[in-house]
Amino acid sequence: MASTIDNGVNVQALLEAREALAGAPEAAQFTWRASSTWQDGVYSRTTIQNFFGLGEEQSHKSETVFDADHPEVFAAEDRGITPIEYLLVGLSSCLTAGVAAVAQNRGIQLHSVEATVEGNHDIRGILGDTDVRNGYNDIKVTFNIDADASPEEIEALVAQSQKRSAVFDALTNPTEVTVAVV
Amino acid sequence: MLERGELANSWRRERWDSLRLLTPNWQSRLPGVLYEGDDPDGYMTMAEVVELIGRFATGVRAPVRTRTNVTSLRRVDGGYAVTTSEGEIDARTVVVASGACNQPTLPAFAGALPASVQQLTPFEYRNPDQLSDGGVLVVGASATGVQLAAELSQSGRPVTLSVGEHVRLPRTYRCRDVLWWMEASGVWDQRYDEVEDLTRARRLPSPQLVGTPERTTLDLNALAATGVELVGRWASARDGCALFSGGLRNVLSLADLKLNRLLDGFDEWARMSGLDAEFDPPERYAPTAAPRSPRWRVDLRSGEIRTVIWATGFRPDYRWLDVPVVNAKGQLRHEGGAVDSPGLYALGLPLLRRRKSTFIHGIEDDAREVVDELNRYLMNGAPSSTNGRRRSLARG
Repeated sequence: MASTIDNGVNVQALLEAREALAGAPEAAQFTWRASSTWQDGVYSRTTIQNFFGLGEEQSHKSETVFDADHPEVFAAEDRGITPIEYLLVGLSSCLTAGVAAVAQNRGIQLHSVEATVEGNHDIRGILGDTDVRNGYNDIKVTFNIDADASPEEIEALVAQSQKRSAVFDALTNPTEVTVAVV
Repeated sequence: MLERGELANSWRRERWDSLRLLTPNWQSRLPGVLYEGDDPDGYMTMAEVVELIGRFATGVRAPVRTRTNVTSLRRVDGGYAVTTSEGEIDARTVVVASGACNQPTLPAFAGALPASVQQLTPFEYRNPDQLSDGGVLVVGASATGVQLAAELSQSGRPVTLSVGEHVRLPRTYRCRDVLWWMEASGVWDQRYDEVEDLTRARRLPSPQLVGTPERTTLDLNALAATGVELVGRWASARDGCALFSGGLRNVLSLADLKLNRLLDGFDEWARMSGLDAEFDPPERYAPTAAPRSPRWRVDLRSGEIRTVIWATGFRPDYRWLDVPVVNAKGQLRHEGGAVDSPGLYALGLPLLRRRKSTFIHGIEDDAREVVDELNRYLMNGAPSSTNGRRRSLARG
């Protein structure tokens, strides 16, 4: 069944990679990188091209540029989305990719996958109210999926996608963060 | 047969007072030793398990040497040299039957908790009287975690339960024990070479079950109804605080979905086997309710939590095994019990040859097949022992 459907995910390559890396954990160590440059006000520009993995330097086909700013209701010029919105981009794209990969692996043909993500944020925290946290209070993701599968199978796709998601893990579990000045 | 302590040592020394087997009495059988009491649907206490194993050992006249601790096993010409607390033994073949649960597994941050919080592993826990009054954080929601959370909640202490991935099961389904269904529908006989993802299947946590005379279901809804607070998987400890995962809802969904797939399989088997009418009609259980806003942070210095109980699983201890057959994750490398070293075998590990491999009644089929392989090895290919003695040894 798996061979007759196509969501465009090369699951075979992923399964082979899992097999190969089980015996070579050092090759599985990746480092992702981004570089930001302050432009003006709260507007900055971040570029991403290079990363490290499989024991050597790697490069995306091209550089990608991300502009971040604040909206006009924050008295800024809105030359890009706010940094905390980039977290939603990461979460929804990661879970969506996971749904496609798990569906491919389970032989489920997808027709459409839509995700909407809402993060509830009390901005008094970033304005200095120490009783309120700076980040999101909670995040809600809603999937609308059209696929050749039962509702239970679709629920299981979404659950498995969360279980294997890098960004879901990064947002739901604490991560040690070091900020240095050179 | 070498035993470090008394017969059935771990059942005597490494279990809490109230523990009963998860398998019903009629299922807790060994070759030639069947349950003959008047409560076939009940669950044995630890004293009864010790008696059962003792009865079996006597019945088969098992050559058990108690108080003989193996401190080293190494390969030599013709087999293995075994160093024990009672001297050296040579053996052409050895069966490792020391189990998968020799040491409690604790996360690395267990060492970083405030000293004011008492920490206990399931090997140390006996009953609620050991604990100071006040809140308890039980970490892990498999069989051990849910049972200890229930017992400590009953003792009047506020209990918080940290929940990672788990296996939800009702105690009875369609009026039969859920483990009856596992056996009858063939789930327990699934072989290691038929299971799709063997590594994952071997890591499956123990199911949320308890053996009580009332045959009660002990899932997270039942615990929450008695006031146990559910939080996510304990991810790390920082500045004296426990930080829990924000992914609780997903582990609840995963377990609910998996439970329903298992029950679908039972119902399907009942229909196919023509026995459907013998049971109560199929039923499905309410989804596990997540707290509206699960806490992701608890201050361990505030006095709210006085005791942490690590129900975070167990691992085998192969420090005595001086043969390179343990992988980087501390697991024995074996193919259906034939360990990756000539003449070395294993029994009693998770899904060794079947899903039932780690249950008392599951050992019989595995043992027959592994011993058959061992015999073939002795007859065909085993180099003869340097000192001419023929000995096969089991460490259990």
